[in-house]
Amino acid sequence: MALLRVKNMTHFFGGLRAVHNYDLEIEPGQLRGLIGPNGAGKTTIFNLITGIYQPTEGEILLNGKSLVGLQSYQIAAQGICRTFQTLRLWRHMTVLDHVKLARYSKIHYGLIGAFFGTGQRHREEAESEKMAYDLLEMVGIGHVADQVVINLPYGVQRRVEMARALASEPQLLFLDEPTAGMNPEELVEMMEVIRRVRDELGLTIFLIEHRMKVVMDLCETIQTIDFGELIAEGTPEEIRSNPRVIDAYLGKEGIV
Amino acid sequence: MEVQEKPAPPAEAIAEITFLAKVRYFGRAQYKSQLAPIPLLGWLCGTLLAVVIEQVVGYPLARALGLPGIPGLFGLRIMLAPLTPLFGVLSGDVPDLLSGLRMMPNEFVLIPSAVAYVFLVYVLPTLAVARLSASLANRVAKQLLDRFPLWVSLIVHLGLFYATMHLWGGISAYRILILRYILISVILTLSLNLVNGYMGEFSCSHPGFMALGAYGASILTVLLFVNDDVFGAPLLPPALGPFIFPLTLIAGGLLASVGALVVAIPSFRTRGDYLAIISLAFMFIVKSLIENLEIIGGPRGFMNQPKWANLPTVFGWVAICVWVIYNFTRSTIGKAMCAVRDDETAAGAMTVNTRRTKMVTFLFAAFWAGVAGGLFAHVIGYINPGTFGVYKLSEILAMVYLGGLNSVVGSIAGAAGLQLLMEVLRPLQLWKWIVIPLLLIVLMIRRPIGMFAFTEVKIEDLLQPRQVPGKER
Repeated sequence: MALLRVKNMTHFFGGLRAVHNYDLEIEPGQLRGLIGPNGAGKTTIFNLITGIYQPTEGEILLNGKSLVGLQSYQIAAQGICRTFQTLRLWRHMTVLDHVKLARYSKIHYGLIGAFFGTGQRHREEAESEKMAYDLLEMVGIGHVADQVVINLPYGVQRRVEMARALASEPQLLFLDEPTAGMNPEELVEMMEVIRRVRDELGLTIFLIEHRMKVVMDLCETIQTIDFGELIAEGTPEEIRSNPRVIDAYLGKEGIV
Repeated sequence: MEVQEKPAPPAEAIAEITFLAKVRYFGRAQYKSQLAPIPLLGWLCGTLLAVVIEQVVGYPLARALGLPGIPGLFGLRIMLAPLTPLFGVLSGDVPDLLSGLRMMPNEFVLIPSAVAYVFLVYVLPTLAVARLSASLANRVAKQLLDRFPLWVSLIVHLGLFYATMHLWGGISAYRILILRYILISVILTLSLNLVNGYMGEFSCSHPGFMALGAYGASILTVLLFVNDDVFGAPLLPPALGPFIFPLTLIAGGLLASVGALVVAIPSFRTRGDYLAIISLAFMFIVKSLIENLEIIGGPRGFMNQPKWANLPTVFGWVAICVWVIYNFTRSTIGKAMCAVRDDETAAGAMTVNTRRTKMVTFLFAAFWAGVAGGLFAHVIGYINPGTFGVYKLSEILAMVYLGGLNSVVGSIAGAAGLQLLMEVLRPLQLWKWIVIPLLLIVLMIRRPIGMFAFTEVKIEDLLQPRQVPGKER
């Protein structure tokens, strides 16, 4: 059974049809890409699946259970976590707090623990702190754990977002342009991190990306959308030679 | 290769720079070698001894220095008193500037005495004891932390602090009153900081919650324990009173939380200025509601509360409040407040239930405002609805922003600082309300985020022994 299944999803912003009859099926362990020109509706699709917008029509099923109508925090707690295209970090908080906070749904000590500092709270906080440090090491930023996030370089902030998304123990990770604005060096490191995350944690990853090198290198299957509609789906080779994709996105000269 | 010689700066400039640098360096070096190694325990012992000295020799010393009595608030009012005739000129109480000036010298004489008193009784003993006992205090602090759980050390420190406060307040009823008002302000400021600082909303209804708590608790205590004209004979034996009193305070706090629910339900559906408007309206609604309820005295106020909010009771409640709020802000559930403030969408996407977070924080803050109100009502045994208006609101808001958002220490410092300032400036009468806002404006220009915004002091770090530099490693 597919891990995530989206059927005939359509979304309108007022009179504008942003997404039309979008279908998606992700099997566990896949690394998939989503490409398309600017304004094609890629981020809208992410926002719809993760509950930030509610789709006008269509079905979204995670492990066979419908996600339509749930709040974004409920969807995240069920196992879909994401990063954002423009960084959405909490500017006054430290790196460690970012990662620990994403374990909010795994915290069970309740308000009594929060107010009076029970033993259960100390155990759970210590556990989530240990896990947070492990994750920070994994994405290679363990040394900045105590720093306030706003003071860090851009590439590091991107990794904080990544570690934060991983801390909620998702089954499915959505990455919205994980390499946007990075220099070539940071780019290579980020690709390495994405691969490591997939291999070590066995995660399923769905990513939006504009850099063809990243998408073609990383992804096993790629979807292309244009004006909110799916125009092609297939392996990197198929996508590269698909005339509709070349027409809409890659350009006639052939970039790759 | 040619080496170009730089023109040497003028000699006077060097002398000036080096002199300033020397002073600064000397100051820092002195601080590092003399004061930095003193742990909190040492400071507390120092202040305790200072107030003991005041108990013993305070009055004779003050008389010997020519003061009319022991200065109430560190002699600050005596130092400001000479200014009052000048303000009297401004407000028309004193006919002209000349007679105002003529009235001054009389008062000036007392200033050196007040300074000497403060130095001899407070500064000198505190510094001497803290410095001399530093190594012993360090050892004791270390033993306390090593041998016992954290709370033992905490209780010892709190005990010393309370003893200091108790002895200092023991000099006059005025001091005890001020101390209790400061402590109550700490609860109010800290709880408002949860909403306005940690959660980043803007709530104006704290005086309303305070009023609900004050009236709720007062009605209960008067109904249960006092023979009152309106409520009749006491329902329970008055001897039980002090034991039931905490429960009535909690009941008042819960009543305030219910009030908060009324504000929260419509205003937390969205973000923005709605909360500010709705909460402001709520404050006025509560005030006019009470003014129109004849059974609880209407605008004349409500009296006959037993004066159970003595210094130890208030101190106990403040200690509990600070501890609980400190715990809350450091838990993942509490840090969710900050995430909601900084980026609500991201918080939602990271499994944080944002609506619940906002509701819990707001109700929690209102609860403590209610408790503070209940304590306030039992300090002098009288409340009236006029107290819980815009003045109170601006006072609490000023304390929060003066101390700094998002900081427990900041709230404590802000509350104590502003409350003291208002007391000290009382001789200026109405001009107080011009001087204090001006001071706040200056502060906002010089330091827009407040004194201690976004600084977190961990209790564990505070209680640690300080290593003497150079001795260790």
